[in-house]
Amino acid sequence: MSTGLIAAEPRSATDLRSIAGEIGFLPALLVLLVAGMSAVDPQFYGTVNILNILRNASLLAIVASGQALVIVAGGFDLSVGAVVALASVVTAKTMATTAAAFPGNTALIIASGVAAGLGCGILVGLVNGFCVAKLKVSGFVVTLGTMSATAGVGLMITSGIPVYGMPDNFVKGFGRAQAFGLPTAVHVAIAAILVMVFAQRRTLFGRYIYAIGGNVDAAVMSGVSIQRHIVGTYVVSSLLAALTGILLTAQVGSGQASFGGDRMMLQSIAAAVIGGVSPRGGVGRVEIVAISALFLTILGNALNLLHVDSRLQPIFLGVIMVAAVALDELSRRRKSGV
Amino acid sequence: MHLPPLNRPPEKPMDTDIDPQLVPPLLRLRGISKRFSGVRALDRVDLDVRAGELHVLFGENGAGKSTLINLVSGTFPPDEGTFHFAGDAIHNFTPQRARAIGISPVFQEFSLVPSLTVEENLFLGREVARSGVLRSGQMRKRARALIDELGFDLDPSRRVDDLSRAHQQMAEIAKALLGKIRLLILDEPTASLTERETGRLFELIARLKSQNVGLIYVSHRMREIRALADRVTVLRDGRHIRTLDAATSTDGELVELMTGRKIDLLFPTIAHEPDKLMVDIENLTLTDGSVCDVSLHARAGEITGIAGLVGCGKSELIRAIYGIEPTASGTIRIDGAPYESPAPRRSLKRGIAYFPANRIAEGLALSRSIRENASMTVLDLPAFARFGILRQAVERTRIAGIMAQLQLRPPNIERPAGALSGGNRQKVMLGRALTRELTVFLFDEPSVGIDVGAKLEVYEFMKRLVEAGAAVIVVSSELPEVLALSNRLYVMHHGRIAAELTGAEKTEQNVLSSFFRDHLTAEVA
Repeated sequence: MSTGLIAAEPRSATDLRSIAGEIGFLPALLVLLVAGMSAVDPQFYGTVNILNILRNASLLAIVASGQALVIVAGGFDLSVGAVVALASVVTAKTMATTAAAFPGNTALIIASGVAAGLGCGILVGLVNGFCVAKLKVSGFVVTLGTMSATAGVGLMITSGIPVYGMPDNFVKGFGRAQAFGLPTAVHVAIAAILVMVFAQRRTLFGRYIYAIGGNVDAAVMSGVSIQRHIVGTYVVSSLLAALTGILLTAQVGSGQASFGGDRMMLQSIAAAVIGGVSPRGGVGRVEIVAISALFLTILGNALNLLHVDSRLQPIFLGVIMVAAVALDELSRRRKSGV
Repeated sequence: MHLPPLNRPPEKPMDTDIDPQLVPPLLRLRGISKRFSGVRALDRVDLDVRAGELHVLFGENGAGKSTLINLVSGTFPPDEGTFHFAGDAIHNFTPQRARAIGISPVFQEFSLVPSLTVEENLFLGREVARSGVLRSGQMRKRARALIDELGFDLDPSRRVDDLSRAHQQMAEIAKALLGKIRLLILDEPTASLTERETGRLFELIARLKSQNVGLIYVSHRMREIRALADRVTVLRDGRHIRTLDAATSTDGELVELMTGRKIDLLFPTIAHEPDKLMVDIENLTLTDGSVCDVSLHARAGEITGIAGLVGCGKSELIRAIYGIEPTASGTIRIDGAPYESPAPRRSLKRGIAYFPANRIAEGLALSRSIRENASMTVLDLPAFARFGILRQAVERTRIAGIMAQLQLRPPNIERPAGALSGGNRQKVMLGRALTRELTVFLFDEPSVGIDVGAKLEVYEFMKRLVEAGAAVIVVSSELPEVLALSNRLYVMHHGRIAAELTGAEKTEQNVLSSFFRDHLTAEVA
C-alpha cells in the first residue's frame, strides 16, 4: 500500500521513522524473542511447541481482530471472553441435544451446533451495539454488563460441568485435524484475518469505522450513518469471539464455561493496543494486531519454558501493555505541537 | 481599570521587585529556535515587547506564531536562544512560573474544564481557601466583580459546556485577567466575539496598556491590527521577517511581507447572475428556538449572505437546512421540491453541501489521511464503491486531481489531516465539495482561523462555484467579508430576519443599525 510507495523513495531518516511509527517495533521484538528463545531452549523450536504456539496465537488473533475493530471505532468490548465461553457451551449443548433427537445425522448436528454458537455471538453483539448506538450508554459499561450476564448464562447452562456428546467428525475431523501441517485453527484465523484486512481497507464499512473513530461529528456531517456501523463493530467482535469459542470446543472436545474469560478479554485488548490500535479511536490495522497476538502468545510460551512463575506472567503482560500505550502517546506528542 | 489583586499575602511573588519602567523591554527574546520532530517551527527569532505596548504577531498559519506564544507562556522550552522577562534571564520555564511572574496567555484552544463552572475555572489552580476549605463566597464575589468590570454578559455559575463558543472565549479572557498580569497574550481573541463584545475587549486593552501591561496579539484581521497595534512583527516560515511600527506601515506592505508575494485585492469581483430559486425557506422555526419564523431564499448564480451577531441563529439556520439542527415547523424547498426532515446523508444526495465553522470538531478526522477525509462524503456513489467495496484507484486519482486543482501544498494526499495548517484543512473541506455533483453550498464562517492567502483561495473558490451556476449561502460574523461577497444580504437578530439588504443598501452602517434597532426600540418601550 501507500507505505510501500513511501518506503521505496529514498528520502532520509524521517520516512524510516514514520514507518517504524506505523508498524511499531513489534516485528523487531518478535524476531528478537524468537531468536533469543531458540538459542536458549531447543524445546522452543520443536514441532509440538510451534504448533501449540500457532494454535493459541490463532485463537487470540481472531478475538483480538474483532476487538481491534471496536476500539478503532472508539469503543471497547469487554464481553469477548464471556462470549467465547457462552458460544462453547451453547455449541456443545446444541450438538448433544440434536444428536439425541436425530442420532447419526452428523451434518445436521454440526450445522445446528455451529449456527447456535455463532447465533449467540451475534445476539450479544446486537445487544452491545444497540445499547451503545441507540441508548448512548458507554461501550465500557455496556460490555461490562453483558460480560457479566453472558458469563452467568454460560454457567447456568452447564452448572460448571463440561458438556460432552459432540460428533467425532467435529472433534477429530475438524478441531484436532491438520491440513498442510497446520491445525484447523490456524487456517480459520488466517481466513478471518484476511477478511478483516479486506474489510478494513477496501470496504465502505471499514472506511466508515475509521472515520467514526477519527471524528464522529465529522462523519455525521459527511452523511455517514453512525449507528449502523457501531452496531456492526460489536456484532463482528462478538461473532469472532463466538467463532473462537467453537474452535476451542472442537479442539478440546467439550463445551466449557471456563473457556475465554477475563484472561482472553484482557489479552485481546492488550494485543490490539500493542498492535498499534489507538484507544482514542481512528487508528489501527488488523494485520499488525495479529502479529501482536502472535508476539504475546510466544512471550507467554517463552515465560513458561523458562519456568517463570505463572503468577508473575500477568505482570509482564500489564507492563508491556502500558508501555505500548505510553510509546504511542509519546510519538503523538512529538508529532503534534506546531 | 482596577483588577482585583490575587489574595495571597504571606508569600511574595518572585522577581517582581524590579520596576519595569527602568528595564525596557518587558520581554526580550533572542535567537529562539524550536524544532518538532525534525521540522523547524522557529528559526532564530528575536522579539521585544515593551511594557504598555501592543505587539501584533502577524503571519500565515504555520509561520510559527503559535509556537512562539506557547514558548512565551512556558508550554514548552526553546531548543536554543535566550529569554529575558523584566530584565531577568528565565530558565526552566513552566506555565506555572509564567503565571507567577505575570505572563497570562489566552489561547484559541480553550484551557477551560468543560464540566466546571465559569467561576471554578477562573480560580482553577489558585483557589481562595483557608486551611484547605474553599471560600466560595469570596471567589464568587470576585468573579462577578471581574466579569462586571469587563462588561461581559457572562454568568459565573454556569457550567462551561453549557456556554456558547463566544461565552467560552469571554470566560477564557476573564481567566487570564484574574490576578496580577504584566504580559497578556491574546491569540485571535475576537474570532468568536460579537462586535459589541469586541468593542469591550478593545476598551479593556486600552486600559491595560495605560497600566503598563505589555500585550502580544495574534490576529489575521487587518482592521484590528490598525485599531490596536503599536508595533507589528511579521513571521514567515518560522523566521522573523521584520518588525515595523504600525503607524507607518500599510496593509499591503504587511500582507506582502507575510506571504512573500503581492496581493492586491482581498475580495474577488464576482459576477452574480441570479437565476433559479434553489433554496426557499418559509416560516422556519427550530426546536431549540434559536431560529424563529424565518423566511429566506437563495438563488442559483448568486451568493446570499447572512450576517448577524454571534448567537443570533444564523449558523443554526443553515445547519437546519443541512439537517443537523432539528426543525419544529416551517417548510424548506430545495430546487422547488419540498424537503422534509433533512438529514446530512439525504442533503448530500439532494446536492447540498455544508462547511462547518469548526473544522476540527465537525469537519475532519485528524488521524486519517487527506484522501480519506476528502472522499468521506462520496463513498456512497457507485463511482467510488460498488457493493460496499471501495474502488481505491478511482478514489486516489480523483482526490489527487481535486487537491491539485485546489493547490494543496505539499501535494501529498496521504498525509494525515492533523498535520495540516488551517488553510490546508479548509482546502480538504472544499475538496469534499468537488467530489460530487452539488448545487447548494452552505458556508459557515468560511474564513475563521485561516490566513489571508488561504482566505483569498476560499473566496476564489466561491466565485467559481457561483459563476458555474451554484447557489451559495455564506454565514459570517466578519462583516466586511459578507458585505463584499454577497449579492443579497440577510441580517439576523435574535433568531429572526431583521433586514434584507441589496445593492446600495448593503453597507456596514445599515447592517449595524439593523442589529441594534431592536435594542433601541426595546429601550424606548
